[in-house]
Amino acid sequence: MHELALAESIAQAVRRTMEELPGRTPVQVRLRLGVLAAVDLAALQFGFAVAARESGWDGLVLEAVCVPAELLCVECGARTETRVAHGDCPVCGSSRTMLHGSDELEMESLEVVDGNTEHASRNDGDSPEATGAA
Amino acid sequence: MPQGTTEIPLKQQVLHENQRIAERLRNRYRDANLLCVNMISAPGSGKTSLLEKTLEILGDEASPLRVAVLTGDVQTDNDARRLARYGYPVKQITTGGCCHLDGSMIERHLADWDLSILDILFIENVGNLVCPASYDLGEHDKIVLLSVTEGEDKPLKYPSIFHKASLFLMTKVDLLGLVPFDALVAEQNAARIHDGIEVIRCSAVSYHGMEDWIRWLKKRLHAVRANNCRETVTH
Repeated sequence: MHELALAESIAQAVRRTMEELPGRTPVQVRLRLGVLAAVDLAALQFGFAVAARESGWDGLVLEAVCVPAELLCVECGARTETRVAHGDCPVCGSSRTMLHGSDELEMESLEVVDGNTEHASRNDGDSPEATGAA
Repeated sequence: MPQGTTEIPLKQQVLHENQRIAERLRNRYRDANLLCVNMISAPGSGKTSLLEKTLEILGDEASPLRVAVLTGDVQTDNDARRLARYGYPVKQITTGGCCHLDGSMIERHLADWDLSILDILFIENVGNLVCPASYDLGEHDKIVLLSVTEGEDKPLKYPSIFHKASLFLMTKVDLLGLVPFDALVAEQNAARIHDGIEVIRCSAVSYHGMEDWIRWLKKRLHAVRANNCRETVTH
């Protein structure tokens, strides 16, 4: 269950990026997840939702694209794509295969919208210095 | 994309902070000219027992290697106390709930150690086959242990660690024949995830395979030192 630690790392990266973007609100983080990243996406999204809420971004969601790995056949040399961690060569049927480029866990991009919508709605009514959307 | 929406490229590893620390650790290991191995298995596969016998054998050699152990657990310092009996430096890392060791824990616990007097640094990770696979500790080798009291299909169920490990230690082989474990199938499963992974069948009770394991460590130590030497000449 290292997903909570990963979620916090992602939230930190978002916080650092948002420091440079006053007046904007983050709405979506996109991840690239390799076949062997050993991450449970649902658990990561759950942990991230908590971290995002703590930073005042209630609407911030985490999406992931599964990145296929390259399956190299040791017997016939065929290079094919796979989305599972082990498999026989689809060309010659050999089980002697190797996976390449399969453990990535990368933050690809962050989608932001104009305006401090989340902060505005949180502060609305209970804070005299609330300024509303920029 | 709706109006007012911007997509900002991040292109950053989620674990970039750990990666940065792992680079620093790698540099320390290189400067100290030592071999660092990160031992990973499920709870109860026999990491501590294997290390006990390893320290015992190394201590009995004519010119003993200088080794040290960092051992990680969620709670207690039981393992460190077991390993400290052999007279080598041992430090317990108690993670307090965390299911893996990360680079910062290693760096903190190595802060006051002079690594230059060591040949091998063993890191015994927290018993877990999933999370420790994701954290680079700057080690030269990840070593995965699987005991014959577990299932032969574990390499298929936990592919990430078998993919990244350079050595598969099959432990408790003195029990083969008493338990329904097919060693060959386990090795084939490991090879399906990682073609060419080295395998040593061993037992900390019967000492079967312990010589091979010690030989493997020495071979890796020599390889790492030869490589450090080449790099020094090149630069």
